[in-house]
Amino acid sequence: MSNASSALPAAGTGRGGSLGRFFLFSVRQVTSGGRGYWFWVLGLAMVVALGVAAYVRQATGGLITTAMRDQVSWGFYIGNFTFLVGVAAAAVLLVIPAYVYQWKPIKEVVILGELLAISAIIMCGLFVMVDVGRPDHAWHLIPGIGRLNVPSSLLGWDVLVLNGYLVLNIVIVTNLLFALFRGKEPNKKVFYPLVLLSIPAAIGIHTVTAFLYNGFASRPFWNASILAPRFLASAFCSGPAVLLILMQILRKATRFEIQDSAIWKVAELMAYSMFLNLFLLGAEVFKEYYSNTEHLIHMRYMFTGVNGHNTIVPYMWFSVVCSISAFLLFLIPRTRRHPVTLNVGCVLIFLGCYLEKGMGLVIPGLTPDTLGEIYEYFPTPNELFISAGIIAMGSLVFTLLVKIATPIMIEHNASARHD
Amino acid sequence: MSESISRRKFLCIAAGCAAAASVAGCSDITHTSFFRHNFRDMTPDELKKIIADLEREHSATFGKQVLVGVDPPMDGVSFAYALDISRCIGCRRCVYGCVGENNQSRDPQIQWIRVLEMNKEKGIDFQEANPYYDAEEVPRPGHFYLPMACQQCENPACVKSCPVGATWREKDGIVVVDYDWCLGCRCCLSACPYGARRFNWGKPTLPAEEMNPDTHYLGNRPRPKGVVEKCTFCIQRTRRGKYPKCVEVCPTGSRKFGNILDPESEIRYILEHKRVVVLKNELNTHPRFYYFF
Repeated sequence: MSNASSALPAAGTGRGGSLGRFFLFSVRQVTSGGRGYWFWVLGLAMVVALGVAAYVRQATGGLITTAMRDQVSWGFYIGNFTFLVGVAAAAVLLVIPAYVYQWKPIKEVVILGELLAISAIIMCGLFVMVDVGRPDHAWHLIPGIGRLNVPSSLLGWDVLVLNGYLVLNIVIVTNLLFALFRGKEPNKKVFYPLVLLSIPAAIGIHTVTAFLYNGFASRPFWNASILAPRFLASAFCSGPAVLLILMQILRKATRFEIQDSAIWKVAELMAYSMFLNLFLLGAEVFKEYYSNTEHLIHMRYMFTGVNGHNTIVPYMWFSVVCSISAFLLFLIPRTRRHPVTLNVGCVLIFLGCYLEKGMGLVIPGLTPDTLGEIYEYFPTPNELFISAGIIAMGSLVFTLLVKIATPIMIEHNASARHD
Repeated sequence: MSESISRRKFLCIAAGCAAAASVAGCSDITHTSFFRHNFRDMTPDELKKIIADLEREHSATFGKQVLVGVDPPMDGVSFAYALDISRCIGCRRCVYGCVGENNQSRDPQIQWIRVLEMNKEKGIDFQEANPYYDAEEVPRPGHFYLPMACQQCENPACVKSCPVGATWREKDGIVVVDYDWCLGCRCCLSACPYGARRFNWGKPTLPAEEMNPDTHYLGNRPRPKGVVEKCTFCIQRTRRGKYPKCVEVCPTGSRKFGNILDPESEIRYILEHKRVVVLKNELNTHPRFYYFF
């Protein structure tokens, strides 16, 4: 940022300062694009439409259209929610190394991270909304109007911090983009404190989400103090994995400049995070299997199955294999830097963490249930359609936001170099 | 006064926006239920109007005069339950008595009481429990039976977890749910160590001729889909000095109920003279449901 801090109003931008013009520019941006862009956007819109249709079915028939029942009362929706909170948190945590290592495209990293965080939080909100039985009662969560049960309810806290985090990121991004749009630097007194605030906030949302599970004394699989650290470690793997792939796509598709060294550094940090993630998992596995109490049954359900109930076992082993091989790929400098193995590693990490934090956290935590019954949960097609719709919705939001942000960033960089 | 009106207005606007936002999820909302306050925040006038609405609505649906009571806790009364494990034979009469009394959905089937068949050699071990036993004759040799329902904890994990305060513990020890306030998030199902809570996954069905018209707002009135329910110690009966239905129908006299504050009560006698256990003592939930043998 130091090289750009003295920039005068950028030459050649010729744009005025009003919010109205910024808005017009944004509309023009998202409505213009090549064939690939429209193909992508319309494709996503179609998946969203499918999701909406599936949701209508769920809303009329009730949540009985899902595979969830009293024994396993949370499933795929809440698993996705949990994973995406991690993505939202980690995307912003990338700000730390960006500052520490003084990466050249620091604003790009920050912006991309924040845009990803915004999209992820929107998906989180949608996943919770489709999971509740009475979405029309959501207003009961609004403090002052409803009856938000804080400090005692952890879901109450989660509602507060996630919405706060969403607002914070929207403010940061619009503040930065609008300033650059006008050819100015953002107001440092406002901008940097907010960016700094977003770092503990990112850790906060993931910790509170971990505590949501952690707080249930009735569920020994979740009621382990290692849970919040595990959440953070796996988020630090999955969030950057998404971001690394996106950075490379943007670098190819636009004139967005992102140094290789930045990408390699992120990959190196991911290797350390993955080590920590696997270490913490190992610590849990040791404790459960060595002490061999009745609480072991949840881990047995996850890794070996119990009395022939083994629906999720192959997914969990697949997740472990993905995570370990990605760890090795990212540990070795040569494979970390090679474009093919780098991206294979990203996909493996994503799959590993998605299965572990999605299904692997929620399902074994609830199976067997508190009275020892084993109900084997596996999402119904309708559940999968709704989830796909939400993920498409998030991707659409992210696409449109990036479409607006990219030209502003590129132009800003070009004019900064001019000076 | 004007303050409360402007609050109501604001609420209406906010609620209207939310209503517009949740397009298809609304098939169960009538105009009135959407704006309804939490039971604990209602003014007496508001409550009266809502009761009238509910009684009219349910009477029309079921073709008979349905009453919705709001009997408050009685002074000097705090309820407790005791169950004699050595007497229970696992006949499930309590289960079906409860279903009828408390207007539980017949399809999908909802049952607040779940009787677990345990192996005598294993003792109380939930991982060995069988809730789906199907027997010509009970008790089956080598087994004993452990009926489970809401334990009406003094320190309820479900209440703590609810994000909207839709469930709480009343002064007489009954943990209740406000069905018109419940969000349906199911945190309480995750929190409850006793598997006591039931969610309406589908639209509950209740044959009109079997519907019990004597209901309580926080108890056995008909529920919509998408909300949580559970045992309330038959709040509609016990707050009028009657026994819960399960106590009444038990053929072996295994089920005991009463006022824990009354030194002369049967429940006090049991607590003072029998070998009494509570389930999952280590979780510090302090159940008001005691098992003895």
